[in-house]
Amino acid sequence: MNSPKKDVLLCARGVSLRRGSSVLLDSVDINVAAGEIVTIIGPNGAGKTSLLRVLLGLVKPTEGEVERRASVRIGYLPQQPRVDSLVPMSVSRFLSMGGSRSKDALVTASRECGVEVRLDASLRSLSGGEWQRVLLARALLTDPNLLILDEPTSNVDFAGQISFYGLLSELRDRRGCGILMVSHDLHMVMGSTDIVVCLDRHVCCSGSAEAIARHPEYARLFAPATASMLAIYPHHHPAGHEKEHT
Amino acid sequence: MNLDDFFVRALLAGIGIAIVAAPLGCFIVWRRMAYFGDAMAHSALVGVALGIAIGLSRPAGVVLAVGVLAVLFVMLERKTWISGDTGLGILAHSSLALGLVAVSLAGGGNVNYSAYLFGDILAVSREDLFQIYVFGAVLLAILLMVWRPLLSATVHQDLAQAEGVRVYRMRAILILLIALIIALAMQLVGVLLTTSLLIIPAATARRYARTPESMALLAVLIGVLSVVSGLYGSLWWDIPSGPSIVLAATGLFAFSLLPLPFFPSPD
Repeated sequence: MNSPKKDVLLCARGVSLRRGSSVLLDSVDINVAAGEIVTIIGPNGAGKTSLLRVLLGLVKPTEGEVERRASVRIGYLPQQPRVDSLVPMSVSRFLSMGGSRSKDALVTASRECGVEVRLDASLRSLSGGEWQRVLLARALLTDPNLLILDEPTSNVDFAGQISFYGLLSELRDRRGCGILMVSHDLHMVMGSTDIVVCLDRHVCCSGSAEAIARHPEYARLFAPATASMLAIYPHHHPAGHEKEHT
Repeated sequence: MNLDDFFVRALLAGIGIAIVAAPLGCFIVWRRMAYFGDAMAHSALVGVALGIAIGLSRPAGVVLAVGVLAVLFVMLERKTWISGDTGLGILAHSSLALGLVAVSLAGGGNVNYSAYLFGDILAVSREDLFQIYVFGAVLLAILLMVWRPLLSATVHQDLAQAEGVRVYRMRAILILLIALIIALAMQLVGVLLTTSLLIIPAATARRYARTPESMALLAVLIGVLSVVSGLYGSLWWDIPSGPSIVLAATGLFAFSLLPLPFFPSPD
């Protein structure tokens, strides 16, 4: 994983984060290189968002360090359900808030993300999928070489998720930027990610999506959910019965 | 214009405060801080008592009291077994109670509570008027200076922070500005009704605005209209002036809820 040819943009070593007596992150190592898509997966409460916030520099780790290459420009997509801004504002105004950008750059970025027809719409009229593409366009306006996305598709329907991950792969190919994202669905990101890091406060396992899917640690973390998704039970379990399986 | 006429002074004071309160009120509406603003206004009475007791000027006393309240709220917010609204409810009412006791002690039992609770705009002096316009101008100037980063942090805090906006500093500045406007506005409508002067014109303007700036300007117009019509109403019907202003603002808000032809509701 640490071949010298890789152009590492962001590198965290031994990152731990504690809040009072609870451990949110326990000596986490993670690398993201240019042109590489890294996906963090993990159950709820695994510290995925905390890790992103540490990597972004929004939160200081209790231990360990985060190194960002000097030339790194991060485009950040926060977690989804925040469409409820009460500020009256058009999409184009929202896009231009990230910095003073030319109208051309704005139109180009929104076209890349497929929202150029919505530039004059008000923010509140956007659907979940549109909002997420608008956020992506705003991130692109900073001309990033590293995109960081926090559960980018949690508010989007199935078809929207597929096309969004397709869009991310395209962006990576066209711009050569590194992409780091959080997801809780391995199967959804399987086709588009290079490396999967399985997080449960510490890094349980990491590698290619195929390798992770067969990894015993992954099975341990996601077994109940995966089993109920894959197996077809002919009978209905009474409520509360599921607990026996976990 | 005759500044010797108490009614003219009241009008000028009300208009001056409405101009500054409306844009700040927009931020309170956008950030869903109405209840927090209310708690701040309640605590302002403690500041008045401080002023009487140790000779602090009213704005200084109020800013101090409101600052303490904001710090207490942040500390209480960390207690995860108390929800934010419960914490605010406790702070709002305990600080009002403390303010009533403190004003009574500081004033030697001979205190006109109703002027503090409901305002006494008709008693505005030339010095009050001067203070309102000087502090109001400073406040507005600060607000214009931080408008961009403050707006950015309001639209999306995480995004703004990732893009380099100092969001916590912005919040602190906003709280300070709100504390100042409360100190100025409480003479008009009293601590119990001060927040309404901030949020009702802003909420009314939201219906018609397409941009944050147009909402702020429209809120100023609506605020001024509320003050003028409320004051004339209080003169005409011989009703208390503070509540009359608030009711005028509420009337305009009610009107904004009506469906208008050719003017679709926003969003």
